[in-house]
Amino acid sequence: MGEELKVIVFGLGEEEYGIEVEKVRTIERMMPITRVPKVPSFIKGVINLRGVVLPVIDLRGRFGLEESTSTENSRIIIVGVGDVEIGFIVDSANDVIDIDSDNIETPPEIVGGIRAKYLRGVAKIGENRLLIMLNLAEVLKQKEIDQILEIEG
Amino acid sequence: MDMNAYLSMFIDESNDHLQSLNENLLRLESDPEDLSIVQIIFRSAHTLKGMSATMGFEDLAALTHEMENVLDLVRNNKIKMDSFIFDTLFKGLDALENMVQDVIGGGTGKLDVTTIVTALKSIVQGDYKTEGPEVAQEAAPANAEATEAVNDAAALLDEYQTSVLMQSIDSGLSVYHVVVHVSEGCILKAARAYMVFDFLERTGEIIKSHPSVQDIEQEKFERSFTVFMISSSSADDIRKGIMSVSEIETADVTQLNRDSLSHLGRRSNEAPAAAPAQETPVATEAPAATAAPATKTEAPKEDKPRPAAAAPVNRTIRVDIERLDALMNLFSELLIDRVRLEQLATEIRRADLTETVEHMARVSGDLQNIVLKLRMVPVESVFNRFPRMVRDIAKSLDKKIDLVITGAETELDRTVIDEIGDPLVHLLRNSCDHGIESIASRVAAGKSETGTVHLRAFHSGNNVFIEIEDDGNGINRERVKQIAIKNGVVTPEEAKRMTDNEINMLIFAPGFSTAEKISDLSGRGVGLDVVKSKITSLGGNVSVTSQEGKGSIFSIQLPLTLSIISAMLVKLGAEKYAIPLSSIVETGIIRKEQIRSVHKSFMMEFRGSVIPVISLSKILECTSWTENGEAETEIVVIRKGEKLVAILVDEFIGQSDIVLKTLGNYLTNIDAISGATILGDGQVALIIDPNALIK
Repeated sequence: MGEELKVIVFGLGEEEYGIEVEKVRTIERMMPITRVPKVPSFIKGVINLRGVVLPVIDLRGRFGLEESTSTENSRIIIVGVGDVEIGFIVDSANDVIDIDSDNIETPPEIVGGIRAKYLRGVAKIGENRLLIMLNLAEVLKQKEIDQILEIEG
Repeated sequence: MDMNAYLSMFIDESNDHLQSLNENLLRLESDPEDLSIVQIIFRSAHTLKGMSATMGFEDLAALTHEMENVLDLVRNNKIKMDSFIFDTLFKGLDALENMVQDVIGGGTGKLDVTTIVTALKSIVQGDYKTEGPEVAQEAAPANAEATEAVNDAAALLDEYQTSVLMQSIDSGLSVYHVVVHVSEGCILKAARAYMVFDFLERTGEIIKSHPSVQDIEQEKFERSFTVFMISSSSADDIRKGIMSVSEIETADVTQLNRDSLSHLGRRSNEAPAAAPAQETPVATEAPAATAAPATKTEAPKEDKPRPAAAAPVNRTIRVDIERLDALMNLFSELLIDRVRLEQLATEIRRADLTETVEHMARVSGDLQNIVLKLRMVPVESVFNRFPRMVRDIAKSLDKKIDLVITGAETELDRTVIDEIGDPLVHLLRNSCDHGIESIASRVAAGKSETGTVHLRAFHSGNNVFIEIEDDGNGINRERVKQIAIKNGVVTPEEAKRMTDNEINMLIFAPGFSTAEKISDLSGRGVGLDVVKSKITSLGGNVSVTSQEGKGSIFSIQLPLTLSIISAMLVKLGAEKYAIPLSSIVETGIIRKEQIRSVHKSFMMEFRGSVIPVISLSKILECTSWTENGEAETEIVVIRKGEKLVAILVDEFIGQSDIVLKTLGNYLTNIDAISGATILGDGQVALIIDPNALIK
């Protein structure tokens, strides 16, 4: 038995992803985003979160995947790692589950087009549900945004 | 006791005391005879010592203690201040400052201060004049404080008592010199003293007490009394026994041996030459005077009547800066809501609503003033380290320089204060080093030997000006030109066309430094351009005027606050941007045919000169609007220094006070954007950095 993790589950395209609940500040509905010039296209801009200006990025774009258009279900997940606070646009966010850290397996080189270093692992829940756990610290690193592996769809 | 709770208080107060030490030492240097200043210095040092010892920063306490010894001699007219003593005390102060800085940085305040301590001790012994500070080693008393205390008492021992003590030592018993301090505020001093005597009599034999037992019984003593006794118990046991009596503050038990006793017998008034050996005599190590002896002399000194404090004290409280920041943030929230309410009120058009909103606007305006005022700090907190700095610079350059400070009470936002120190240091050093001439050349030029540097601060409108004026050599424009050409800052042709003012400003250009030889102080190639960029980043401006042979004035213009600014809101299609009002010269409308194309860049005529025209939508990659389709376009003329640029915008929204927000740590250094603000409708608008638009 490993340690118990509380995980926020969100959807991006076909896949389900997880972020540890303590890294998540809040989950917001879509709101007006102010475009910021001269930044990579996956940075959608900044929002006003109760008086604090926060950047918002499209996670799919961050991983070099095709970006989806926002829907009624789209959410902005505000996460904080170290001194960086940022919002992720996701297709849906609707679940909090407990998983056992023993059930997280080291990811293969590439999962759903995302390089392994951005992933903490893949957790198996129940019979046939897989949850991709993100390595937030790596995702939020600015330096290598250009070196994202391109995977043909 | 958890000391951390007191740490911030300790830091604040030790900074205050260090500052006061610095200031008063400088005052004393100009007026060495004024013993009242010595008193003030002594009190500061004394409090600092007590605080450090309580907090467990022993090195700090030890060094202050040594400085205090010197000051004590000075204030009792035993020695006269001279330049060696001043220099040593200043060095000691620097070391203290370093230690406090270390403590602020989370360190333990440890520092090797042996050389300073040795120098201080040699002053106390009075032998620095003949032998120099280094030779003091062997004779240095392990504990000058103890020496003094024993000294005082020594006069009291008559021959008979001394011989009794001697015999006891010979027969293998221990002889102790005991100093006991009763706590301040102790009501039954005589009773406590009686309990101490009772204990001492049970452990050994009391040879002599001072004041006498009778006097002590009648409470005829201040807070301390001294006892010589013979006992077979150890010093530690005696100390513990005394301390077990309540309301006893300290008990210092020193074991005496033959040597120290015979010294005591012989010595009367001459300066102490050797130490009464303690259990473990330590030569000249700084920690020799540890916390225990440090507290020893506190009581007798406090016994003396304290003159009333020199400066009147304002009624203030210390507030955590974070709370002020939180208050500021909350207030900016309120400001945003206010703008929103004002919008709603104009839409809904109900008289009582409008009235309420207007009233609220007035109240929040007042509130804004107060909140901003709370963050204002007098520039004094930056200026007050300069007299010392200029003194040191003048000494090292062998010049005579007077620093005259005016307007130190002028207030600036804390954020500006935090940043302005370094640029000012740089400019002041520059004035002292390059501005003020050497004594010889000043005399040759018919000026007084002493150069004067004025440091002024004053308000003007929404700005604060800080000026540094020297009566030195002024800027040699020919040399500036040559150097600028040599260092590739300008071409010879450009230099020819330049006005005096433009040449003066060359000294702020990157890669420019006029120092002929690289000195310790300035002219390390880290020129004044650093000063300029720092001040510009604070939203300020720096300029210089100079008259050759007469001197120069450096003038820094700074905004009052960095958190709320007035800005012009403009639209580019669906997007809104804010342009700081401080850099806007004027706004207007031009027709398309007025824009001329010169070498693929666009120019227009503006009040008799030709200025570049910039497309904001191109720079900001705006997709919802371009000026191409418009026959008439709104322009905003902005200024950076002398340069003007017209930028094309879609529409003016209006002028508004905006609250500056950062874009967070993820988005840093975005070209042409200096931050963001939240508009009345809750949307984020980016703030344009005009300086980035003008190359």
